[in-house]
Amino acid sequence: MPGHIVPKKLYFLVFAGLIALTALTTGVSFINLGKWNAVAALAIAVCKASLVVLFFMHLRWSSGLLRVVVVSSLVWLAILIGLTVGDVFTRGWIPVPSSWETQTQQDIR
Amino acid sequence: MHSSNNALAGQFDDLEQQHEASSLGMWVFLATEIMFFGGLFTGYVIFRNLDLPAFEAGSRLLNVRIGAFNTAVLLSSSLTMALAVRAAQLGKKKALVIFLLLTLLLGLTFVGAKLALEWRHDFIEGLVPGLNWTFNGPDAAHLELFFCFYFFMTGVHAAHMVVGVGILVVLIIMAGRGKFSPQRFNVVEMAGLYWHFVDIIWIFLFPLLYLIGGRY
Repeated sequence: MPGHIVPKKLYFLVFAGLIALTALTTGVSFINLGKWNAVAALAIAVCKASLVVLFFMHLRWSSGLLRVVVVSSLVWLAILIGLTVGDVFTRGWIPVPSSWETQTQQDIR
Repeated sequence: MHSSNNALAGQFDDLEQQHEASSLGMWVFLATEIMFFGGLFTGYVIFRNLDLPAFEAGSRLLNVRIGAFNTAVLLSSSLTMALAVRAAQLGKKKALVIFLLLTLLLGLTFVGAKLALEWRHDFIEGLVPGLNWTFNGPDAAHLELFFCFYFFMTGVHAAHMVVGVGILVVLIIMAGRGKFSPQRFNVVEMAGLYWHFVDIIWIFLFPLLYLIGGRY
């Protein structure tokens, strides 16, 4: 018989954890932590997603091949987010040479 | 050949290999879905940081109670889906149909609450860009951008839910006709993977859209 059969109790335990984390993340959002609000919200979301992937989606009992697919999709996601965000938020770091600016203005005209 | 065991397609050596192939195909599809939603998340993160005050004001206009309620509904539907897959693995036909029906009901509750409580309310308030946008407070243009993201992301997510509901209807009919057995349950499990994935997207949408706007 293919596939791993998970005890019912474990599913209910994971579900209780997910609901508790939802209550926690909602509660934390009403406390002023400054920049840490976003960090806390995302950290809790990652925990919840991990619970779903590992137990509900059976990755804990899956083969190495499936794990490689899941992890590599996350690596590509990190590249997508990391490089795009890195581009946009570092544009101001290096000033544009003034000669380029006059050139661009001439092009616009 | 394998004519004695019709749960096994001819190209596979055994049920284990067939199960592995199904899961691999489904996970590769889900990887493309991760990249699809990843692009939306990236755009949201960038514009949120560029226009932070407007995006935080937008988050505060969303109803966090309905958001949290819907999160709980969706997590419950994931539990019933996982239990449905378990029932299919064990060959419990009646439990399978019941858990699939519960999942369907919870999924419809989610979409219903989104549509009737949230989107309808936003429309009446004039917060729907393109259809009914009457907000003219401070920074209206950037707030409109927030609501563009909000409706596109929750809209695409809800569209995935509707697809999932359609899959569940087919599964319930198939289960009722006794099409599944402990040897033949891959379809149920793959539908489960899809359903859990849609749940995970919401797990990230909820904090990003509703919570990190500074509700204190």
